[in-house]
Amino acid sequence: MEDLLAYIISRYNYWAAIILLLIGLYGMIAKNNLLKKVIGMTIFQAAIILFYVSIGDKRGATIPILAHGHDGAHQAVEAAAYANPLPHVLMLTAIVVGVSTLGVALAILQKIYRVHGTIEEDEILETIDQ
Amino acid sequence: MSLEQHAIIIILAPLVGSLLISLFGGLHRRLSYLLLVACLGISFASTIATLRLVAARAAIGPLHYYLGDWPPPYGIELVIDPLNALVLTMIAGISLLVAIYSKEMARRDNPDRLHHYYTLFALLVAGLLGITASGDVFNIYVLTEISALASYALLARGRGFAYYATFKYIIMGTIGASLYLLGVGYLYIKTGTLNIAELPTFINSSGLVDSVSIRVAFILIMVGLWIKMAFFPLHGWLPNAYTRAATTTSCLVAPLMTKVSVYVMIRVMLGVFTLPYIYHVMGWNRAVVWLASLAIVAGSIGALAQTNIKRMLTYIIVAEVGYMVGGAWLGNAAGLTGAIYHIVSDGLMTACLFMAVGAITYKTGDSSLEAMRGVFRRMPVTAALFVVGALAMIGIPPTCGFFSKWYLIQGGLVAGHYGFVGALLLSSLINAVLFFRLFEIGYYAPFDTEGTPPRGHGTTVVDEAPFSMLMPLLISAVMIIVVGLSTSRIVSGLIQYSLPAGL
Repeated sequence: MEDLLAYIISRYNYWAAIILLLIGLYGMIAKNNLLKKVIGMTIFQAAIILFYVSIGDKRGATIPILAHGHDGAHQAVEAAAYANPLPHVLMLTAIVVGVSTLGVALAILQKIYRVHGTIEEDEILETIDQ
Repeated sequence: MSLEQHAIIIILAPLVGSLLISLFGGLHRRLSYLLLVACLGISFASTIATLRLVAARAAIGPLHYYLGDWPPPYGIELVIDPLNALVLTMIAGISLLVAIYSKEMARRDNPDRLHHYYTLFALLVAGLLGITASGDVFNIYVLTEISALASYALLARGRGFAYYATFKYIIMGTIGASLYLLGVGYLYIKTGTLNIAELPTFINSSGLVDSVSIRVAFILIMVGLWIKMAFFPLHGWLPNAYTRAATTTSCLVAPLMTKVSVYVMIRVMLGVFTLPYIYHVMGWNRAVVWLASLAIVAGSIGALAQTNIKRMLTYIIVAEVGYMVGGAWLGNAAGLTGAIYHIVSDGLMTACLFMAVGAITYKTGDSSLEAMRGVFRRMPVTAALFVVGALAMIGIPPTCGFFSKWYLIQGGLVAGHYGFVGALLLSSLINAVLFFRLFEIGYYAPFDTEGTPPRGHGTTVVDEAPFSMLMPLLISAVMIIVVGLSTSRIVSGLIQYSLPAGL
């Protein structure tokens, strides 16, 4: 039991990402309100962004900026002392993608409300059947 | 020097074009159309030049283009080998044809905001070309989302319940792309690189080949791509979204989007994980080919149940995705050749059929089966070209549809997977039933021509679609036959080099 607990705690960032992913997936599949589906989608994307951000971090590492880069260029750079910037940079792009998707989704949601007069999925399906 | 820049011009031309269209397209009615055709024309010319270059050096290796001259570990590169040179030419060619085709139809569908429509059009093509040329798994994600966002906006500008259908596509598409991104994250944790050229050596190194994380990465990437390409049973979003879309949108999106996802799947299978990893470590191939067989059967039966031609074609797309996934997972040279060749031939066939149905809809305002009534007399040219596309879809020689089926069936027989062979034959049969039913309605069913009762042949007035629609349709139909006739050149000159050695 204690082993299991230690196992979970040692990888808590992955667990947090997985739980958020499942919450988002649940929201997208189970919710009837389309706005709640969009919220689920945003949580799903945020989970992946947090997952990437967490893998770039290291214990005791600092931000990846060389303090004396311009005059002390011959100093050896110790990679272990810095957080990995690449996943963070990748996520800047992913955040932009996520925001754009959210924007398009909300714009279409507004159009759905104008056409169908509702954003509840079952009520929309009723208007389509008629 | 100038030749070396072709790789980037392929993508930059539509990207810059979309910018120019959004800035200046509103100034004059025809300017946005001309800008779109011009930028896609430049892009297509570059793909042809690149294709020739790549074909000439096929035996040496792929063409690398370093963006900003930063070499790979730090910079991003475009890699063009025979496989994606072929797909790039297909994408640029079909999008150019659809751009020309859209002249009348897009203006009618978007009377007020034509330049917005064309901005999204060019952006979608830029995204698709970027996905295909990219040599970096993360860039593929970003460009997938660029083209997906453009396609959401395009598809939503349709008729009826297009908004709701598009909303479902947004949710599914985002899940697919996010799963792909998560898979790429797992790959990055384990290998520390995102470059397609570097990944296979790390994945197949002794320390990682048994890693569970790499397997999870593979599963996540595959499921993500399957959602994106509408692989059965993840296809639910496609028929509604594509049927409700405006004609020119569905002509652009239907032939290209799913095919590019199939290309990415084949690239990931061949270039990132490599076939020995997939077949020996994962050992899933038979199950996936069964699923593909099921997709073919389900798509074909779904098509049989439709009363709307466009909706019927969308179900055929679902079946065709099954062809390509099945062929790729058979794991032998014939199956893979068939899958790669089918990307090109299916793109052409789908474009031809959608454009022909679009031309009929343009004249009749209707895309139900009834719209076909008397079409052979009213629109003889469109109907004849529709027949070419339909025969290719059924798989009649010398159209390209026959040759891709030939390779796929051969691959199924070599692998001993008779279920897949059976599904292919059944689907050909069902396609024959589908299209001959349409021919029958078009040829024999009685019809009215605006007030004139059908009193024999003399009263019929020929009412063809405009030249700007017929010309691209004609080219696509001719290309179906040209590609079919030059199959051996395409296979021995290009596809053969994209297969892994020793297969």
